[in-house]
Amino acid sequence: MAVATREAYGKALAQIVVEDPNVVVMDADLSKSTKTADAKAVCPERHFNAGIAEADLMGISAGLAASGKVVYASTFAVFAAGRAFDQIRNSIAYPKLNVKICATHAGLTVGEDGASHQSVEDIALMRSIPNMKVLQPCDDIETEAMIKAIKDLDGPVYVRLGRMGVERIHDESYQFHLGKGEILQSGRKVAILATGMMVQQALKAAELLETKSVIKPTVVNFASIKPLDEDLLLTIAKTHDLLVTCEEANVLGGFGSAVCEVLSEKHPIKIVRIGINDTFGESGKPDALIEKYGLSAKAIADTVSTQLKK
Amino acid sequence: MTERKELEKHALNIRRNIVTMVAKAKSGHPGGSLSAVEILTWLYFNEMDVNQNNVASTDRDRFVLSKGHASPVLYATLAEKGFLPQEELLTFRAINSRLQGHPNMRYLPGVDMSTGSLGQGLAAAVGMAIANRLDQKDHYVYVLIGDGESEEGEIWESAMAAAHYKLDHLIAFLDFNGLQIDGDITKVMNPTPLDEKFKAFGWHVLTIDGHDYDQIEAALFQAKQTEGKPTLILAHTIKGKGVSYMENQASWHGSAPNEEQLKIALDELKEVA
Repeated sequence: MAVATREAYGKALAQIVVEDPNVVVMDADLSKSTKTADAKAVCPERHFNAGIAEADLMGISAGLAASGKVVYASTFAVFAAGRAFDQIRNSIAYPKLNVKICATHAGLTVGEDGASHQSVEDIALMRSIPNMKVLQPCDDIETEAMIKAIKDLDGPVYVRLGRMGVERIHDESYQFHLGKGEILQSGRKVAILATGMMVQQALKAAELLETKSVIKPTVVNFASIKPLDEDLLLTIAKTHDLLVTCEEANVLGGFGSAVCEVLSEKHPIKIVRIGINDTFGESGKPDALIEKYGLSAKAIADTVSTQLKK
Repeated sequence: MTERKELEKHALNIRRNIVTMVAKAKSGHPGGSLSAVEILTWLYFNEMDVNQNNVASTDRDRFVLSKGHASPVLYATLAEKGFLPQEELLTFRAINSRLQGHPNMRYLPGVDMSTGSLGQGLAAAVGMAIANRLDQKDHYVYVLIGDGESEEGEIWESAMAAAHYKLDHLIAFLDFNGLQIDGDITKVMNPTPLDEKFKAFGWHVLTIDGHDYDQIEAALFQAKQTEGKPTLILAHTIKGKGVSYMENQASWHGSAPNEEQLKIALDELKEVA
């Protein structure tokens, strides 16, 4: 069963908006794609469209939040983090307002729309804003838990969601904890640290490695990119020889960079970053893009094998 | 209702504090602060239901200073209302001060929105007006935008949204002093005719002399009679109003008077005209 995180977001938001009269939903003419249309269907009076005006989407959200509302604001990641960066920075993050920016269609797996719509830089941009939290769920269960949990967090949050269906790896008992990594499998020597849809690729890479090379790597899911689970990182760094970070974003400034920032100061260790190598994407099927841009399970497994031989 | 003579005393004090705090800080924006003194004085003393008891709450009328660089007029007005000590104005722009160069809503009760990056305040005011409607509150949201600021595209996104959502409890003042940092607004990047543009965007538009209390009062009265549309009050003002050497001079947009200049300014601002 493959469900996109954006679909899980839509379903969770439709529940939240009914349960909590203080929640307001904002969109910018993409509600069918971002799935805030689900919330609109059950609560049209608290769903507002800014039209194709992302700066205004963020500004109006800020004003609603300055009046005590909890706002879920959605558009594509490339327009949220990119086009409306200044509004997010100055009107939302600086005054620490309760706007939950749930940005969908992140990364290359947007697919056929191509590079203009594929955000590669949004993690780096959002991570660099003070007061901002940056989260990325890997499956529908985690998305639902996260979307519900952030309602009660004080201040702005950037949630990175995908267009493509992804396999479920969690069961219903999963609970989201801000700032915590999640060990999915314990192994030795190598730890693969992944976020978002790369978690599934990392798990498959681990399978490949175990079958072909008898290496059993540790696999960790980092749904919370900022704050980052520094304690867990340190523990992993101390008990492994090699770390491989995996993300569907530019390796410059993204999740891998965040891991390097922490460990270069606290426990230097060899870290290899897998991600988009400072390039724009292109049109194509998600699977083809994953393969071409070196984000596949096989690419991860090959990287681990090569590094271990060095 | 505060009488005109009283208002004029408040306005004079506010002007004196504006030039004094900018001079003390040796930086800041006196020109566009002085042009908006009557508008803020009227709003805070005769229009908005803000007082010592509710200033920290959002359950009241609110004011967004979209042209955030005019922070001196906001701080001086809040001090005139007694929301902060007058002496604190002298900490403007200094380290550890609540009075940041551009307003921060988290530092000072009475600052209703953090602003400074131009073009963003109107959107926030739209959000506040929508929130009031959702909460079935009858409060008004006032916002002051600059004429130069109207060159920002986001102003027009928000203008569209305010009309689309029929926000008749949103009242915007446009401080039309005609000057921006690089000079005459019509020469730098002409945003006029602003009245016609806002009308075309679906607003109720009124044009007044922004230094005349009678006209401010009448415009606000009309704005509040208007249903189904936001109102723009295009206020013709004089940049640097009240200090002869600053009046209509773009160079006083963002520069501070020295000690001697401050003395001249304070001499001119001694008595109610």
